[in-house]
Amino acid sequence: MRAVKPSSLLIAGLAAIGLTTAAHAADTITVVSWGGAYTNSQVKAYHEPWMAQTGNKINSEDYNGGLAEIRAQVEAGNVTWDLVDVELADAVRGCDEGILEPLPLDELPAGADGTPAKDDFISGTLHECAVGEIVWSTVYAYDKSKVSGSPMTIADFFDTKKFPGKRGLRKTAKVNLEWALMADGVPAGEVYAMLATPEGVDRAFKKLDTIKNDVVWWEAGAQPPQLLADGEVVMTSAYNGRLFNAIAKEGKPFEIVWDAQVWDIDLWVMPKGTKNKAVAWEFVKYSTDTQRLADQAKYISYGPVRKSSFAKVQKDMQPHMPTAPANFKNPLQNDFGFWADYGDELNERFNAWLAG
Amino acid sequence: MAAVTENDGVMRAADGTPLKQALARATRMNKIRAFLLTTPLLAFILVTFILPIGLMLFRSVSAPEVVEAFPKTIAILKEWDGEDLPGEETYAMLATEMSDRDNRFNLGKAGTRLNYIESGFRSLMNLTVRRIKRAEEPPYKDAFIKIDERWGQVDTWKTIQLAGDPYTIRAYLNALDLTQAPSGEIVAQPEIKQIYVTLFLRTIWVSLGVTAACILLAYPISYLLATLPAGTANLLMIFVLLPFWTSLLVRTTSWIVLLQTNGVINDILVWIGIVGDEDRIQMIYNMTGTFIAMTHILLPFMVLPLYSVMKTIPKDHMRAARSLGANPAIAFARIYMPQTVPGVGAGSILVFILAIGYYITPALVGGQDGQLISNIIEYHMKKSLNWSLAAALGGILLAGVLALYWLYNRIVGINNMKLG
Repeated sequence: MRAVKPSSLLIAGLAAIGLTTAAHAADTITVVSWGGAYTNSQVKAYHEPWMAQTGNKINSEDYNGGLAEIRAQVEAGNVTWDLVDVELADAVRGCDEGILEPLPLDELPAGADGTPAKDDFISGTLHECAVGEIVWSTVYAYDKSKVSGSPMTIADFFDTKKFPGKRGLRKTAKVNLEWALMADGVPAGEVYAMLATPEGVDRAFKKLDTIKNDVVWWEAGAQPPQLLADGEVVMTSAYNGRLFNAIAKEGKPFEIVWDAQVWDIDLWVMPKGTKNKAVAWEFVKYSTDTQRLADQAKYISYGPVRKSSFAKVQKDMQPHMPTAPANFKNPLQNDFGFWADYGDELNERFNAWLAG
Repeated sequence: MAAVTENDGVMRAADGTPLKQALARATRMNKIRAFLLTTPLLAFILVTFILPIGLMLFRSVSAPEVVEAFPKTIAILKEWDGEDLPGEETYAMLATEMSDRDNRFNLGKAGTRLNYIESGFRSLMNLTVRRIKRAEEPPYKDAFIKIDERWGQVDTWKTIQLAGDPYTIRAYLNALDLTQAPSGEIVAQPEIKQIYVTLFLRTIWVSLGVTAACILLAYPISYLLATLPAGTANLLMIFVLLPFWTSLLVRTTSWIVLLQTNGVINDILVWIGIVGDEDRIQMIYNMTGTFIAMTHILLPFMVLPLYSVMKTIPKDHMRAARSLGANPAIAFARIYMPQTVPGVGAGSILVFILAIGYYITPALVGGQDGQLISNIIEYHMKKSLNWSLAAALGGILLAGVLALYWLYNRIVGINNMKLG
């Protein structure tokens, strides 16, 4: 349960006894995201300018992904989150289950060059209940000071003979199974078709078996750079923006390997029944316009989902984007449809495999 | 005697009412007052404890989604024999219910529920819902099979028929590594999916181990605390209480700093030369880490009840035993130890029950083989959103704790438990 923030209580109290002098009372919305360097980039690029411009307040909260809190709030009829930053698979599932508000997408502003929003957003980043913000990638990185030689491919990640040392991986089936197959020689285009067959799944788990005893499993996005910095692992999977932050801002000797990057998008969704729908929607429109999306890329190396934003991204940030041509080799787009179908079963098997 | 005795042999008060009645009237007020005083607590417990647990347990058997989305199709399927494919009218009814706009969100929920039973059902549903609206012409049976050949398989319909029951024990079967085949038969899950029984057993073993470790560590320190002069004892007590007052999260993360491969303990071991720099000991992200951190965190729950019991044991008992010829070991074993049993019992049951539900510590330091059942419950609550399964796992855990409590009562006796 979330405690009521004293500030919002104060505002509510002031509004109730009519002490507010402004023409209209300032609204407070609660915006939930993944924390750390990522939330920070949103605060800098979206929250602060919006609050300065409109006088509204934003309550920023962190979570670890998933739909559980949204579903619990909607089912209990007590929605305290107004906007949530989710992965595509969760946006689709939440919309199907009716716990997210459908959004009036045609109200989104056109791009800076006049392109209508529906053409300006990269295909697949607008959804009935969700508006995309960023393209991000799961990649792996290694510590240059601890690894002799230079790993180049995803197969090197699984090669503990050539590159000895502990590995870090996210504690979920997603990405790990895809990588296992790709490291075993399956081309990116065939990965999901193969994972849909029992033989393909067996093959992926067999490959994971080869490094099972060398893996440290992480859950929150902030963990892998920390594991790498602590020397707990010599290479780890991580979100590319978090690695950028550790390398560029903190000067860590990490090197990103872009081969077999699994890219995905993050989107804004609105839990069904939020009391601040109008204000939250204003914020979505503001935060996903051309300039704001380009601004966010100043603070973290995630790509904007609007085509018109690319040109406005700073030159020195462009080589760090997952979609930069030099990085976008052998990429795999996370298949949300596949995970919506097989996620339960594969995660169950993954958990059993972990515990066994 | 204050009462007047009449010839019918009933004792009466001064005003002639039977004494029993008068007494009852006098105590009734007290009883009502006592009850009224407890009502706030009763209401609090009902609303915040009994009700949520009841609702959660209800979730473990309730599965209304499919019948809510397809009430009429399910009604028709009730009559179906399950031998051959259902008739055209069943397909037509399903098509009607799938095309109903008001039904949209029910369809999504039904897809999720069916997907728990058979992977791939969610996309089968979504795909069919999207396409069937276009196939406005009968025959629907062919239209369905054209959309996906699974609609031409008897097992697909059997799965829907099974899921049409608004109450199911499927989640409990699942939680015990069993499953129900489309034929209705209960069979074991394939070996690669069996996990929950292993985790339940592991959780019990770890909890027993942590309890034993706590007894071993807490007994001497409590004895010391209870026998030292007050000043020194209070100082020592601070060392027990300080960690107790520190946040669980802080203590767990401190253990990460201490135990990790490049952590304080490994560094010291390497520096002394006990282990080489290359083969540092893996003490965290496995069962060792879970065990050490849990023991440390739960230790005060053993020390405090033990201390308070030991404090009340008169020193004269030991002295008397010695003066009657017992050597120190026998005096301790036969006179002192039996008197501390209530403290050990109270501490053990506290530590054990807390340990069995632990999840933050194993989640942070457990790695792959240090996970306990509560981590899986958390996973199903927060990640997979399979709340029925989470509720069933929780229900089994609750039943297990109650059974152990009953066993404890039978063996040690709950009256012997003393918290202070």
